[in-house]
Amino acid sequence: MRSIKVTRGTTASRIFAVVALAGVAILAAMPSWGEPAMQRKMVELFTLLALAQMWNLLAGFAGVVSVGQQAFMGLGAYAMIFLVNVHGKDLYTSVPIAALIVAVLAVPMGLVAFRLRGSYFAIGTWVLAEVASKVIITRKSLGAGDGVSLKVAGHSVASRQDVTYWLAMGTGIGAILLAYLVLRSRLGLQMQAIRDDEGGARGLGVNVYRTRFVIWVVAAFWTGLAAAPYYLQQLRVQPVGTGGAFSVVLWTAPIIFIVVIGGIGTIEGPVIGAVLYYFLRNRFQDHQTVYLIAMGLVALGVALFLQGGIWGTFRRRFSIDLFPVRRRLVDNGPDR
Amino acid sequence: MTELLRIESLDVGYGDFQALFGINLDVAEAETVSIIGANGAGKSTLLKAIVGLVPPMRGDILFDGKSIASRPTHRRVTDGIALVPEGRRIFPSLTVEENIVIGGDVGRPGPWNKMKVLDAFPLLAPLLRRSGEGLSGGERQTLAIGRALMANPRLLLLDEVSLGLAPVVVRQVYEAVPVIKAQGTTVLVIEQDVNQALAVADRFYCLLEGRIALSGVPGEVTKEQITEAYFGMSTAQGDH
Amino acid sequence: MVWVNAIVQGILLGGLYALFATGLSLAFGVMRFVNLAHGDIAILAAFMALSLTRTLDVNPLVTLLIVVPGAFVVGFALQRLVFDRVVGVDPSFQIVATFGVGVIIQNALLEKYTADTQGLNVGRLETASIKVNDTISIGWLPLITLLCAIGVLGGLAMFIKRTKLGRAFRATSDDPDAARLMGIDVRRVFAVAMALAIATVALAGVLLGARGSFAPFSGPENLIFAFEAVVIGGLGSLWGTLAGGVTLGVAQLIGNQIDPQWGQLAGHLVFLAVLATRPTGMFGKVAIR
Repeated sequence: MRSIKVTRGTTASRIFAVVALAGVAILAAMPSWGEPAMQRKMVELFTLLALAQMWNLLAGFAGVVSVGQQAFMGLGAYAMIFLVNVHGKDLYTSVPIAALIVAVLAVPMGLVAFRLRGSYFAIGTWVLAEVASKVIITRKSLGAGDGVSLKVAGHSVASRQDVTYWLAMGTGIGAILLAYLVLRSRLGLQMQAIRDDEGGARGLGVNVYRTRFVIWVVAAFWTGLAAAPYYLQQLRVQPVGTGGAFSVVLWTAPIIFIVVIGGIGTIEGPVIGAVLYYFLRNRFQDHQTVYLIAMGLVALGVALFLQGGIWGTFRRRFSIDLFPVRRRLVDNGPDR
Repeated sequence: MTELLRIESLDVGYGDFQALFGINLDVAEAETVSIIGANGAGKSTLLKAIVGLVPPMRGDILFDGKSIASRPTHRRVTDGIALVPEGRRIFPSLTVEENIVIGGDVGRPGPWNKMKVLDAFPLLAPLLRRSGEGLSGGERQTLAIGRALMANPRLLLLDEVSLGLAPVVVRQVYEAVPVIKAQGTTVLVIEQDVNQALAVADRFYCLLEGRIALSGVPGEVTKEQITEAYFGMSTAQGDH
Repeated sequence: MVWVNAIVQGILLGGLYALFATGLSLAFGVMRFVNLAHGDIAILAAFMALSLTRTLDVNPLVTLLIVVPGAFVVGFALQRLVFDRVVGVDPSFQIVATFGVGVIIQNALLEKYTADTQGLNVGRLETASIKVNDTISIGWLPLITLLCAIGVLGGLAMFIKRTKLGRAFRATSDDPDAARLMGIDVRRVFAVAMALAIATVALAGVLLGARGSFAPFSGPENLIFAFEAVVIGGLGSLWGTLAGGVTLGVAQLIGNQIDPQWGQLAGHLVFLAVLATRPTGMFGKVAIR
């Protein structure tokens, strides 16, 4: 009898794990060696990364394409305002609670949205984001349409900056880990089965609806969580307009571009995409419209011609997985 | 007789799965050829390849001497090939009458038109205003054949017309075949019902797991030979 | 009386929404394709009309003679060159591709025209109205818009029911492969459907510009209204699209009458209610799922 093992790790992934750990340690120590300006930038990058990983989990693995994730950013930001400004709760403990509020709200939103499929589902999520935004605008206690600033009195700027940085790093790197863990789990296997062949997965007893719903809530939770450090840094929260918490331009467009260009359906893709996107955006600080047109064209090109994106194409040619989520059969030869 | 259809070394697959391996067959003008074989032998795939709904991996398909392997389906219909598909695929949004008319929208000249189709298939006449859904199996099958004939094809492909129909209905449907043959149309029939298939055919092929296992003329081949080709095993192994 | 006026104005507004929704409904019906840039294309048309109005020095409505046929051609080309590649594949890429097109259009408009809100000045038509009584007047422009919507929908309905190409549309919508077996060039059917969709939404965009204001980022809002009209009215029914548009318009204006802040929200809530309770919509033949 031959002995055959099911393994996940590869040489590349093991090397990468070591390198990644070192990188994370260096990043974690940034408050001690980096300048404040750089720290602020990293917070923005981590936020985009967290959102991108969650959108990728939804779209690339669960087959749920939403253009309404900005709803959870906005709801997360306003949950913080609600807890801290209106009810005087502690600043930092409010962060996970705000995320939980978002997760709870995501349930009825999901129940309604999931009555649609495909493109109509996508627009449905957009409508839900609009509804959330409009409802918030009617609430004077939350600052209505003009916006309001998060009350951070009682926390020194320096300590707040550091904690915010670590929180952001937690949500950003944490998103990568979360995605990785989900995909390695049974839920992840179900998701990939659905992605590959929905009918076949159903036939095997996978509850497609429930699997998708769980991921929807998880993504909402983590997105709401990522809102906190961003607005802890930003301080000013307003619903619409250029910096709007519910803004498609600020959140949804970038993360879609990031994931699609970086490589949808892979964990490595959004990381590459986020770094690239953010780096280029800073370069083209003064030409934001042209930048967005260029990104739009690239994303369109990828969607039409090179669906795997950067990492997807790379992976197909070189068969390298840095985050081993696929299982391989290893034939260890005949037993002695 | 002139050759109308020739298939050369045809390989067809769906993604990772290959359904047909090196198929060689030919059909002469005005002939009726049957293709028999068990479920999954690749018969429907072969017809789909001929009409262009699945692309070939290797090999060629020649219609009237010209290669059509890369021609889109709708052009093959204009050239003169019509398929009565598996599952009939009647348009539910169209009435029975519109289903017949749309078959003729391709505008090929020939003996078949709405009057003639209703003549040949009188059971359709009272159904004209009915919607394409909600017809019985036999009505749908008859409509599908009539619709295909409206294209005045030189080559008519019939995919498993007996499937899901009661034997008496099957016989009624097959009564149309001589009428079609009388117009000089070449017919390629796919059937699981071996007796029915051999009864209408001038020649036949038997497919087994994507390959041609046997070909010949119905009267000249023994039942044992057919069974062996159909199931891929010798009857000497089974009970008598 | 103010409530009756709200309903009247809502019906008129509904005509505009129905016109927006027509193209969305058509494209989805024939090819299961939803263009997320649908609203942005309407706004693009409005800006085109603006530029033409300035260069040619004519009434904006006259520019429709150029804009609508032009939109038809653009739609045809857009389908053949771009959208054909994402029809029938994974809808994720359809969503991403059309979303990308939307972002490109919005930012291109922003670059060329700045973020200023614009309007199309149609002269006296803008305020001309029929006075019914002290509270209710029916504006000529909104009335013309409603009549256009009815005309377009009626024309499309006849086209689909009576013509050979219309028959091909229905067959393709049912079963594209079987349509091919009828000798129908399905790619050409798709292109014509998209061309009609773009032409109608361009008309809607120009009429929107004439009766209100628009800016580079006005697209998504109108996509949402079009979408809501389609869902409320029900898929698979062109007249349902009209009913859906009117229902949405009335809901918004009644909501507006109660409290101006609640105007659009009322429309969204009606949409959500329909979605939650009757996903097939008012006249739908098939649930959108």
